[in-house]
Amino acid sequence: MNRSPYITNAPSVSSIMLKVLLALLPGIFVYAWLYGGGILITLVLATATALATEAIMLKLRRRPVQPFLSDYSAVITAWLLALAIPPLAPWWLIVVGVAFAIIIAKQLYGGLGYNPFNPAMVGYAVLLISFPVIMTKWPAALSFAETKLSFMDQFNYIFSHALPANISMDAVTSATPLDYLKTQLKLNQSMDTIQVAPIFGVFGAKGSEFVALAYLAGGAFLWQQRIITWHLPTAFLGAIAAMAGLFWMIDPSQFANPVFHLFSGASIFAAFFILTDPISGPTTPKGKLYFAAGAGVITYLVRVYGGYPDGVAFAVIFMNICVPLIDMYTQPRVFGHKK
Amino acid sequence: MNAPINIAGLLKKTKDVFNFHGGVHLPEHKAQSNQLPIGQLPLPDQLVLPLRQHIGNMPKVKVAVGDHVLKGQLIAEAEGSVSAAIHAPTSGTIAAIADAVLPHPSGLPDRCITITPDGNDTWIERHPQDWRKGDVNTLVNSLRLSGIVGLGGAAFPTQIKLRSNRSPIHTLVINAAECEPYITCDDMLMRERYDQVVHGIEVAQRLLGAKNIMIGIEDNKPEAVKAMQAAVENTDIQVKVVPTVYPSGDARRLVYLVLGKEVPQNKRSTEFGVQVFNVATVLALYRYFEFGEPAISRIVSMTGNVNQAQNFEVLFGTPLRHLVKAAGGAKADTSHYIMGGPMMGFNLPSEDVPITKAANCIIAASSTLFEPPPPAMPCIRCSRCADACPVSLQPQELYWFAKSDNFEKAQDYNLFDCIECGACSYVCPSDIPLVQYYRYAKSEVIALDKAQEAADLARERNEFRLARIEREKQERTAKHAARAQGAKAAKVAGNSDSKPAATDKQAAIAAAIARAKAQKETDSAAPKNTTEMSAATKAEIAETDSRRVAAGLTEEKSPAADNDKQAKIVAAIARAKAQKEDVSKVSVSGDDKTTKPVVDADRQAKIDAAIKQAKVAKAEAGKEKTSGNNDGQLMVDADKQAKIDAAIKRAKAAKSAALTAKNKEDN
Repeated sequence: MNRSPYITNAPSVSSIMLKVLLALLPGIFVYAWLYGGGILITLVLATATALATEAIMLKLRRRPVQPFLSDYSAVITAWLLALAIPPLAPWWLIVVGVAFAIIIAKQLYGGLGYNPFNPAMVGYAVLLISFPVIMTKWPAALSFAETKLSFMDQFNYIFSHALPANISMDAVTSATPLDYLKTQLKLNQSMDTIQVAPIFGVFGAKGSEFVALAYLAGGAFLWQQRIITWHLPTAFLGAIAAMAGLFWMIDPSQFANPVFHLFSGASIFAAFFILTDPISGPTTPKGKLYFAAGAGVITYLVRVYGGYPDGVAFAVIFMNICVPLIDMYTQPRVFGHKK
Repeated sequence: MNAPINIAGLLKKTKDVFNFHGGVHLPEHKAQSNQLPIGQLPLPDQLVLPLRQHIGNMPKVKVAVGDHVLKGQLIAEAEGSVSAAIHAPTSGTIAAIADAVLPHPSGLPDRCITITPDGNDTWIERHPQDWRKGDVNTLVNSLRLSGIVGLGGAAFPTQIKLRSNRSPIHTLVINAAECEPYITCDDMLMRERYDQVVHGIEVAQRLLGAKNIMIGIEDNKPEAVKAMQAAVENTDIQVKVVPTVYPSGDARRLVYLVLGKEVPQNKRSTEFGVQVFNVATVLALYRYFEFGEPAISRIVSMTGNVNQAQNFEVLFGTPLRHLVKAAGGAKADTSHYIMGGPMMGFNLPSEDVPITKAANCIIAASSTLFEPPPPAMPCIRCSRCADACPVSLQPQELYWFAKSDNFEKAQDYNLFDCIECGACSYVCPSDIPLVQYYRYAKSEVIALDKAQEAADLARERNEFRLARIEREKQERTAKHAARAQGAKAAKVAGNSDSKPAATDKQAAIAAAIARAKAQKETDSAAPKNTTEMSAATKAEIAETDSRRVAAGLTEEKSPAADNDKQAKIVAAIARAKAQKEDVSKVSVSGDDKTTKPVVDADRQAKIDAAIKQAKVAKAEAGKEKTSGNNDGQLMVDADKQAKIDAAIKRAKAAKSAALTAKNKEDN
């Protein structure tokens, strides 16, 4: 019998996943502070849906339930999707999205380790295509908004779709800067006039730019903990910045500057939490650079020329398709083999 | 001194060691066993010496049960080119030569010589050799009797690494990295016997003719480093302190660390002019030449779950139980023993196994010391394994291919470059026993290759058999024809049958002698597809062939096994045939004079034909040999084609020769 090595020293899958959840907390905290406690309700709903569907699917597939529920991968999918959709959305939206992500995008492919696509992004894409109106209605950050919703108001809206009598939905929500930018540019407005709109913040969207900063801190933690390497975030953000910089240099009146693109939409969030999903991503160092750079370029192109305000989900899914190819062509040189 | 050399020197200095990709930092556990000096063991009641303690052929037993042997006496001698001798570790009586359980991963029993020590420990007469001045070839050849094998764990016979037919060596690297946790036998050896180590290095240097000598030691052994640095002061040996990164002790990794040279897995470092020896091995070389002591003991780390971990000088064949006792006994919760380190070692089948030449360390294991791994989770493609792989493989891909039995793809991803160091398993968050998957895949690939080879051989043999049956059929027809002709001739001559029968016998003997000669001459150059046949069968085939040729009856389709050996046999048989004809000529000459010239001419024609045939065959064989040696399916076909062509040519040549002879005769 030969079962060496007899010693191992690796964090378990559970502890890796838990650290990812931990890294999301600063972002969630700033999110809840700026947009109200409604996100917490969405997160709870998402978590419950994820665990329930995962358990049912594991049972149906005759797989052990307990070890796979306690790996927390389903919870990560749930949280990522919950954080990606608008905070004021009816309860069934997140339930449908998470259920689709877990059942179709994860379990039907074989569960943990076998899903070729990022489940959270599949869930997001399905929701965006199916319910485009709800998915693009983002509330202005409450701390800056004139109309404020209490936690109970948000609770009621999520579950019964009812707002307090004197408040209309339009008063609460507004277009996101990326969305606004796109429509205004179509109306032949120049960047100078567009960017004075109140929804613009210091470098990105008012409010959400701080959430992005909190995600950045969480990402730094993951890097420090060696859960992620520098390749994916750097290449992704670098590609967005390079694309934005190029277009901005060509015509600053028609294209937003790179910093705006880095801190708008899901750039930071995606760089540290979406692209870094190891299962659906490439494994070689070079491959990670290509994968993330490709996703960055596509994200930018969808933002500027596409039909949706942000393009992260489509970019990631498209690049997921390319992963086997990328991995195959980016094999590192084996020790002693020709240079 | 001119500037460029200085700059080159400076550059060299700044890059003292070359770090390889990957590797892991392991908890060392070395302090456990290196606190006490190397201990000596009392003589055990019995020594069990497995014949197979090394890589290579099993040595030949030179003693019988009941024989009295002296310490250092050769009891089994090296057999074949890759093998190592076994010596009696102490004086005593051969108690048994039988199968016993070996310290091997398989746990299977194998042949062992058991010695009951007489307690006197009497040495046989020793013959020291002057390794500083003696003839290098003589010294190296004498190592065949030394029983020395690589003591780092691989147990490869050392003599082969020193043989003169190797590539020239300019650099000698002494492996003292000892990168696996727990093991400290080399550490202690360097601390206590540094002077002998230096002499050992000098022996290896002399035998190899190496100019550049470095000894690589991991920086977690400061005492050993200090001892060696002091010991090499007035020599040209460099002590290279390498970082403590597992697996720095892997020969190819160490060569890279100290020289920056990447030796691929399918090549030997000697092709790059570099030879690597374990530090304990060179010491064994020194003791063999200086004192005439063959390999009878080694230093073993006895550590882990024992009361007093320590290094011991252990006679080969000492039962593990005896060693454990010397280390203060195993703690109560000891579950089993591991031979080697915790990264690449293996479970020993029992406490009764003997210590062998490969045993550098024995770890008493318990479930608290080595926790059983949790059930494996699916791979999450985190690529930590790829980051840890010292060969820059993609373990996650190899795992995938091995798991799905996609061995071809696994080989595309360089499965056989894997050194099974276990670094990937060590860092796997999903606790997947990755190395086991690679071992499985490798063994499957090897088994499949073997099966393919066997199938090819079987196919070839079957084709040959069919050809032989066909030939025998033709031969029978020929015989009938010949007999009919013979009857006619006899009628004409009016001779009795008894005389030719006697001469036939004589001729047959001559033919057999010729055959045997030809066989002997060409034995070494046996072709692949005929190696499995007995000499008699081969000769028979050749004889039939030549008979047919001589009779001018060769058909175009005669796929004989064709090469120069065959040609020689044919020629020899033709000679024998001629001789036979001579005899018969004598016997008939008295009765009928008219037949004489006919027989004579006939004979000449036959000889000519045979010689021509042999020449053509030889040329064909030569052509075949030069036309490409790469094996593979294609070549097999080409080979076959060539044989058929040669046969056709041969037949044609023989026919035309016979015709010319006949014409001559008619004229």
